[in-house]
Amino acid sequence: MINLAGRDILHAWGKFVFTGVGLGLLIGVTLTMAGVYRGMVDDARVLLDNSAADLWVVQKDTLGPYAEPSSLYDDVYRGILGMPGVARAANVTYFTMQVRQGTRDVRTMVVGVVPGGPGEPGQPGYLVAGRRIARSHYEAVADVVTGFRLGERIQIRRDYYTVIGLTRRMVSSNGDPMVFIPLKDAQEAQFLKDNDAILQQRRRTLANPALNRPGVPGLAEAVIASQAKNPYVNAVLVQVKPGHLPQEVAERISRWKRLQVYTRAQMDAILVGKLIATSARQIGMFLVILAIVSAAIVAFIIYTLTLGKIREIAVLKLIGTKNRTIAGMILQQALGLGAIGFAVGKVAATFWAPVFPKYVLLEPGDAVLGFFAVMAICVLASLVAIRAALQVDPAEAIGG
Amino acid sequence: MAGKGIRIERLRKRYGAGDTAVDALKDVNMQVAAGEVVGLIGPSGSGKSTLLKCLGAVIEPSAGRMVLGDEVIYDDGWKIGDLRTLRRDKIGFIFQAPYLIPFLDVVDNVALLPMLAGRSNTESRHLALELLEALGVAHRARGMPSQLSGGEQQRVSIARALVNRPPVILADEPTAPLDGERALGVIRILNHMARQYQTAIIVVTHDEKIIPTFKRIYHIRDGRTEEEVGQGVAFE
Ligand SMILES: Nc1ncnc2c1ncn2[C@@H]1O[C@H](COP(=O)(O)OP(=O)(O)O)[C@@H](O)[C@H]1O
Ligand SMILES: [Mg+2]
Repeated sequence: MINLAGRDILHAWGKFVFTGVGLGLLIGVTLTMAGVYRGMVDDARVLLDNSAADLWVVQKDTLGPYAEPSSLYDDVYRGILGMPGVARAANVTYFTMQVRQGTRDVRTMVVGVVPGGPGEPGQPGYLVAGRRIARSHYEAVADVVTGFRLGERIQIRRDYYTVIGLTRRMVSSNGDPMVFIPLKDAQEAQFLKDNDAILQQRRRTLANPALNRPGVPGLAEAVIASQAKNPYVNAVLVQVKPGHLPQEVAERISRWKRLQVYTRAQMDAILVGKLIATSARQIGMFLVILAIVSAAIVAFIIYTLTLGKIREIAVLKLIGTKNRTIAGMILQQALGLGAIGFAVGKVAATFWAPVFPKYVLLEPGDAVLGFFAVMAICVLASLVAIRAALQVDPAEAIGG
Repeated sequence: MAGKGIRIERLRKRYGAGDTAVDALKDVNMQVAAGEVVGLIGPSGSGKSTLLKCLGAVIEPSAGRMVLGDEVIYDDGWKIGDLRTLRRDKIGFIFQAPYLIPFLDVVDNVALLPMLAGRSNTESRHLALELLEALGVAHRARGMPSQLSGGEQQRVSIARALVNRPPVILADEPTAPLDGERALGVIRILNHMARQYQTAIIVVTHDEKIIPTFKRIYHIRDGRTEEEVGQGVAFE
């Protein structure tokens, strides 16, 4: 027996290829959407991995530091360092802002880290170029996505920093590339808005008779100096000594002070489950809509092609073709269309993924799942056409 | 190979029921021997299409008997189980237009029938080529239907009707779109094929040009058949 579906596809290949490419681009978008989600999850995990932390100590009753603002006194870490089971503890700050390089503004997540050697929590785990932050002022390590290069000077608020190292795959949950600077600079930059704000603050302090008393010289200056200091950080990253369970150390720290402590698993759940959840739902909606649109396209095309063959189908039935053979022919055409579409979509997604602004992680498992979803959609979409074909009366081939 | 042609007795067909019932066939009797070509003529609305559909096993008569070869197909409300394989193996169809499958080449349009009957592709194509040869279109075997002339397509459709060697072939206005010379050419081919393959051929027609060629004609009026002797004009 010859394959009727295959012969029809070869005969009308233009229609199939044209529709297949259109469908394929849709499938490509679908695969990319899934890849964007995977990329977000992966980014989050890389972010956690590169923090080199076992525990995140944040403000009580917050989901900080990534999902909610969190604020701690910058001396809390000393107390934590003294606790049993704690190997290292380091302050860290995070804030999103524009970083200026030459005439260019780049939206980044600025991370304040404690200068130090490898293994210090907070600093990026690996660099693609340059060295780690060793001095406590005006050095920066930037993610390559920022476009900054080694030796370039960048401006964060009032101050200039020299790029001394480059890292990779360090982005916030919003996809902003990270720029690491020394903690003290970061605290200051986070606290001080800009020159204007400082001048205004200063003016207000001097204008306040309670703070600027003629009888107490130096009081106003002392107040201004204290106002200019920022004693807060967003989180303390903790490394646990070998042989200690992170969970136990976490409980000890949270009992000690009114602090919230998250383990790696809990942080993962917050990032993936809460922060990315909205995006995931959005992407999920897109996937559902794309699936419906794809199904509609396949159904419409297969139905139209089938209606165009009603007389041939009547003749085929009249000369004794089984209903099953005719249904199989239509089903195979739908699957053929799906296969063309999937191939086009996979190739398209692979080609355009690298130029996407967000990290797109195309997982083979998703592709396999996508393939079966496409095939299932094609089966469903062919049902209307199959129904129409089965209703064709073989008597229609004989004149009225 | 076929044998005894086709015989129908007291065939009746009623469409619908109650007040709106239409008796399209009231009393139809026909007998066509193997190797014979007969004409079936009648005015519009007389029941020609209904009869053709009953003979073609796509609708069932309400009463009467039909014997194909030596097989009883209908007998007063009883019918054989599988009309689809009956159509495939025992009845050939030729239509007004060739109605070839546009996405199959010529040889596979014909070979499809033996394939549907379960023969191998090679054997089916062999049978198909044999008939295309007999009908003088073997040189177009690898062409697509759309590349053939109307006359060539009609020959291919005759080859298709013959390829499973059915005991009967039903031709529904096979010459309607053709001019006189070509119409007679088709009838000549049908006569030749009927003899060569020992098939009974029933030609439903309005075509004045070909009516004189039949030796026997069934005239159908208001659902009843009358047998007439035709002129049987011989071909050169
Ligand atoms: N499916 C049907 N339902 C009801 N009446 C029908 C149907 N088909 C044909 N008829 C009626 O049966 C009679 C014979 O029709 P038909 O066999 O088509 O005649 P012809 O082909 O000779 O013109 C006509 O009166 C027609 O209206
Ligand atoms: Mg009619």
